[in-house]
Amino acid sequence: MALLEISELKKSFLNPEGFDHKVINVKRFILDDKSHVVLQGESGLGKTTFLHLIAGILKPDAGRITIAGQAMSALSELERDRLRATTIGYIFQAFNLLQGYTCLENVLLGMSFGPGADRAFAETLLRRVGLGEHLKHRPRQLSIGQQQRVAVARALANRPRLVLADEPTGNLDHKNALKSVTLIREVCRENGAALLLVSHDREILSQFEKVQEFGAINNISQEETSL
Amino acid sequence: MTIWLIVFKSLRQHALSTVVTAFSVALAGGLLMSVWSIKEQSEATFTGVNAGFDAVLGARGSKLQLVLNAIFNLEASPGNLAWSDFLDIQRNPDVELAVPIAVGDNYHGYRLVGTTLDLFEKNEYAPGRKYALQAGGNWFDPKRREAVVGDFVARKMNLKVGDTFHPFHGLIFDEKNQHSETYVVVGVLKPSNTPADQVIWIPLEGLQKMSGHDPKLATEVSAVLVKLKADSALAGFQMDFMYNRQGNRLTFAWPIGTVMAELFAKIGWFNRVLTLVSYLVAIVATASILASIYNSMNERRREIAILRALGARRTTVFTCILLEAASISILGMLAGFVLYGIIFTIVADIIRAQTGVVLDPLKFNIVMLWAPVSLIALGTLAGIVPALKAYRTDVAENLVPIS
Repeated sequence: MALLEISELKKSFLNPEGFDHKVINVKRFILDDKSHVVLQGESGLGKTTFLHLIAGILKPDAGRITIAGQAMSALSELERDRLRATTIGYIFQAFNLLQGYTCLENVLLGMSFGPGADRAFAETLLRRVGLGEHLKHRPRQLSIGQQQRVAVARALANRPRLVLADEPTGNLDHKNALKSVTLIREVCRENGAALLLVSHDREILSQFEKVQEFGAINNISQEETSL
Repeated sequence: MTIWLIVFKSLRQHALSTVVTAFSVALAGGLLMSVWSIKEQSEATFTGVNAGFDAVLGARGSKLQLVLNAIFNLEASPGNLAWSDFLDIQRNPDVELAVPIAVGDNYHGYRLVGTTLDLFEKNEYAPGRKYALQAGGNWFDPKRREAVVGDFVARKMNLKVGDTFHPFHGLIFDEKNQHSETYVVVGVLKPSNTPADQVIWIPLEGLQKMSGHDPKLATEVSAVLVKLKADSALAGFQMDFMYNRQGNRLTFAWPIGTVMAELFAKIGWFNRVLTLVSYLVAIVATASILASIYNSMNERRREIAILRALGARRTTVFTCILLEAASISILGMLAGFVLYGIIFTIVADIIRAQTGVVLDPLKFNIVMLWAPVSLIALGTLAGIVPALKAYRTDVAENLVPIS
């Protein structure tokens, strides 16, 4: 059963010269419920923009995104915020943890915009990712790998049906990158969440059963992207 | 709960600017409340203080100087009046009580005032309240070199019953001008919170005949404190006309409250300047809230974008910034009350030391309501501009890096 359905999705930005720079042109993309898919592609192809569109952070110029039966385009900004908070978990490449907050507070804050803060579950998640001893540590007191695990816990905190992960291993060394992806997949599986992960690391790609070339689904010609 | 956590974290993250900005609000609030409160309370108190008398009769001169000298023990005496003038007004059928006073000597800067026992025995300095002695004391004997010391002077100079002292000539203390007479303290007044607390009271004759004083002036007095009969409604007008218009030798300062009100009218410009300064500080404080939060918005854009990416609504981040501005204002106003207490206490201590008049910092004034409300409202309004900036923050643009 499809959790995410995308059709005729288009997004362009104005470049400094005032011309339209087409970034996204996806005819059709489907992600099944509880499935784990990796999108591969080189930098600059619009993968982050694609994830932002799915998350409702960006508004498409045209097309349709349906998540768990809800068409994003039909939703108001407020409803999109709500859907993002309750249905989508987002792991950013730069983790985007709030530096003034402890690990636990980062996770609780993510929960508070969704169904509400659940301290016990937040602590369970942080223990699950190996940070039980670091609940009150601030991000800068943690290693990069530990910070990423906080980001994973935060993304899973609202029991989302869809987890988006944008180059989550981009800042990790090879060994930790593999461990990290394994952990993300395990935690997603345990929580019944589908995973759409973006990466161009071949080792990471090899871990997934389903790999899609982003260039194949995003029909932007070379001339268009270079404009 | 979430909003307050975000506000608290942000205030803590920007602790220095929070403290500095809150202090500017405190300064504005503290200044505004103390200037306003001291102005109104001192005006009400000083125009209400009359030591139980309606008027002062003295030598020809300024009414204000006469009242300040005779009632508040400030300023020099404008001159003397003859004993016969005292007897004349004492015999006036509209006068209930006339008490002569003589000034001209001091003890380490505290004024010696010569008077009669009528001041203590017949006069009520406030309705139903007469001057009273502390335990173990007596009123002075008019024929002896005895003194009754005001409470404030007794505490400051550590004078108690049985102590002796030599007065000094003049109203300003100069150790070279010591009189040879020795006075014995026979009583200490209970605190009256009036100018009487600042004075050493001695018999009228004692001051008149102090060594070194001109013997020709020995029968003169510095002023006469006059209480009119309650049923003589027109007496004040008649005596005002008689002494001030028809005569040209004496001044009849009546009513005392109106004379004192003239003083406040004269220094009204000073109050207005202080109030204006307070308003300016309030404007600067408001601007500093705006500037400090607005300037921090650049570094916060990413944080706001993260909050939005986590599902925070635009209105949530807008409210957070607005509450942050309000919180700075509230913190500032709390400190403002402390500052008000400090400023008021210092000023009240100075006024009490100079005049004996007591101002109460805990006495409610409406400024304590409108100043905090206005400053908190202004501070919150100042938060609107940065809050709008937060509201408009582009999430995708500020979630770095973008591939």
